Amino acid sequence: MIGITSYGGYIPRYRLSRMLIVQNMAWYFPVIMAVAGGEKAVANWDEDSVSMAVAAAYDCMKGKDRKALEGLYFASTTMPFTDRINAGIVATALNMREANAVNADFSACMKAGTTAAISALDAIGAGTRDNILVVASDQRRTKMATMLEMFYGDGAAAVLFGSGDVIAEFKGSYSINCDFVDHYKGHGKDFDYAFEERWVRDVGYGKIIPEAVKGYLAKYGMKIGDFSKVIYPCYFSGTHAAIARDLGIDKSKVQDNLHNTCGDTGSAHPLVLLVAALEEASPGDKLLVAGFGQGCDVLAFEVTDKIKSLKQRTGIKGSLAKRVEFTNFQKYAKFRNLITADLGIRGEANPNTALTVLWRKRKMLLGLVGVKCTKCGTPQFPSYPVCVNPDCWSANSFEDYEFSDKAGKVLMFTGDMLSASVDPPAVYGLVHFEGGGRSMFDFTDCDLSQVKVGVSTSMAFRLRQVDSVRGFTGYFWKAVPQTEGGGA
Amino acid sequence: MGKGIRDKVAILGMGCSKFGERWEDGADDLMVEAFQECIQDAGIEKKEIQAAWLGSCFDEISIGKSAVPASVALRLPNIAVTRVENYCASGTEAFRGAVYGVASGAYDIALAIGVEKLKDIGYGGLPEFSSAMGSLNQLWMANFTAPGGFAMMATSYAAKYGLDINEIKRAMAHISVKSHANGALNPKAHLRKPVTEDQVMCSPHVAYPLGLFDCCGVSDGSACAIVTTPEIAKSLGKKDIVSVKALQLSLSNGTEFAYDWDGAHFITATKASKAAYEEAGVTNPRKEISMMEVHDCFSITELVTMEDLHISERGKATKDVLDGFYDLGAGGVPCQVDGGLKCFGHPIGASGLRMLYEMYLQLQGRAEKRQLKDPRLGLTHNLGGFPFLNVCSIAIIGRLGA
Repeated sequence: MIGITSYGGYIPRYRLSRMLIVQNMAWYFPVIMAVAGGEKAVANWDEDSVSMAVAAAYDCMKGKDRKALEGLYFASTTMPFTDRINAGIVATALNMREANAVNADFSACMKAGTTAAISALDAIGAGTRDNILVVASDQRRTKMATMLEMFYGDGAAAVLFGSGDVIAEFKGSYSINCDFVDHYKGHGKDFDYAFEERWVRDVGYGKIIPEAVKGYLAKYGMKIGDFSKVIYPCYFSGTHAAIARDLGIDKSKVQDNLHNTCGDTGSAHPLVLLVAALEEASPGDKLLVAGFGQGCDVLAFEVTDKIKSLKQRTGIKGSLAKRVEFTNFQKYAKFRNLITADLGIRGEANPNTALTVLWRKRKMLLGLVGVKCTKCGTPQFPSYPVCVNPDCWSANSFEDYEFSDKAGKVLMFTGDMLSASVDPPAVYGLVHFEGGGRSMFDFTDCDLSQVKVGVSTSMAFRLRQVDSVRGFTGYFWKAVPQTEGGGA
Repeated sequence: MGKGIRDKVAILGMGCSKFGERWEDGADDLMVEAFQECIQDAGIEKKEIQAAWLGSCFDEISIGKSAVPASVALRLPNIAVTRVENYCASGTEAFRGAVYGVASGAYDIALAIGVEKLKDIGYGGLPEFSSAMGSLNQLWMANFTAPGGFAMMATSYAAKYGLDINEIKRAMAHISVKSHANGALNPKAHLRKPVTEDQVMCSPHVAYPLGLFDCCGVSDGSACAIVTTPEIAKSLGKKDIVSVKALQLSLSNGTEFAYDWDGAHFITATKASKAAYEEAGVTNPRKEISMMEVHDCFSITELVTMEDLHISERGKATKDVLDGFYDLGAGGVPCQVDGGLKCFGHPIGASGLRMLYEMYLQLQGRAEKRQLKDPRLGLTHNLGGFPFLNVCSIAIIGRLGA
């Protein structure tokens, strides 16, 4: 049996009310008032498709051995690099093995996530791989006062495919590929260019998705009524409902498109919706999931008993529950670099990234891997050739030690208004990890007023700096104080 | 274990430029200003100086690399000149080089000069240092600044002793008020206006919980010393000779940052001060130290340092500070007699020597309105880097034979 063996999700905690966009921008383009309901998830300034993918991947790998992964497929249309495999950044952040693993980027299409899933299942089905982790993530910038600004949200999902402990058995796929271009993003362009919605609704989503679903049903001799959940993206709510009517799906069996709570997460959305469906699924449920974009992929799964033994995770439901309302529209515009604000001369420093150092220290910098002294057992980060414990000071007697999944406690902290920061004050502090080891980290996803000495922390892979001169995006890990609520 | 430096080297002369935003002057002007006062005070000719040490920190934006800038600015007679850099201890390190040079017998007379020209960068605060921290550190270190690095200590100090952050803020405010009052009496200080506790408490937020008036100024300046042996000083007819009693340095080894530390004290200062007292023959610093210039880059640094110098008991610095124990003329151990970094600002390479300059003036009875009655021993302290990773220098000077 092959299929899904685990899943995870990540939706950033900031939520922007669409009404806030309307209040700020409807003067410019009043049509956006038509979709003023609900809210969309907005990535923090230090998040992008890669960082969200890492968060979803860690969520998915809870209780699983990351070292056993044989491949990582990353799907996104907003990858930071066009030549440097982006899946490799995610893989290094996961401290995945480097030998005998295959990583690949799937991009340039909204159905990249489902296509990556099909490719993974093809390999596993063929017996050439035991497992492949598929991670899909998008963080799409939009021009202000556009319908896309209203529709798009940010988020990621991860699905582990394999042949052991399958929680949802793969029941085949069917794809249509056609060059239907509802929108595109040309080379070097910052924003999507979209054609008239009426055409996209009627000839795109409204026609191609039903055609692909019907194609699947015909291929496998099944009826739409066999499925307990039918999952497909479409941010036009009327069209989303119309597709269900066309296919004869009972309303209760249509997976919510998360328009009201999250927005459309692009190439991640079919998997985001699939994870949301799996979170509610029971053994025996049959799920049909479709990805749309220059055609349509359809995949089917049947949930097994094993879903009950899956370890607790944040997922999409948990991410959506960790919600902080983003009440400052200008801040949102700055986070997405839609407006120019002065970072000050202090923020000008922009040394290049030593790729030699990044190579030597890739486990440390991307994987937050430190060491544990084999003589005295002290975990430490960063590592130096000599143990930090003054009662030990042994040289070169270390084994790797991962800090990425370690909880910690804040020992000391500040909120710094002098630091050049996109989101001042820059909050940072010294964190002591459970089990030993400590280091200083930038804090993220918190308000200064909530941080206290002794507050628990978890670690998050985050964007650290974007070198716009050379086009390099740098990542590291930040500490997330475990506080409730907050605002922006 | 060596026998220490006590009374082996005498200060022959000292000089100190006016500190401040010296928009019209470069590092060379500042060095010459300090040096002219110093050599006149020493009463020797420049050609009698046999070796020199220069302290500067941000060479990239200030003077450039090597000791050549000092050799050229002062037109030194092709002697050995060495540039030293050790964060905020750079000035004291220059002094240490010159003192050890004389103590070793290698030189009869040596010069230590420190300088920093900070106000050429175009923005407030110290120069941004992310690109100078090394090619690995710049890829992961938190986005921190000097005030933020020290501000953190207020949170861990408060947590350790169960203090409300506002109690600490009140004590920190007293520290700044005291230093401003002293600085107002000093014509060479940059900031010369007294301030009130409320002004300090209400100053704009720089790095929680520090406000603007918890932070020292940012200035340009230079200070220097000419040192020799006590015998040569006497042979030159010098009276009231000031000698070096102790010079200690202690550096973090990563313990604070990566192993085990309460965040409520400076490991290095605790160790260096103890060693300095031993070297100087001080057994009860609270009684025997007449005055201090400590590294008050931020008010919290000064507060915690009072404990690390073994003058306030652990957890009791806020009480001593609020009791006025460190105020001028209050009967305790006056601290920041000249106004401190708070009022002088912190041209890094110059600061350690600027502190020694005040102690030297006081010991010679030349401190004018700030003059203390019969001081015997003066202590200076620098804390470079950050509470979690730093360089600490301690110097004690006093009357020869005292």
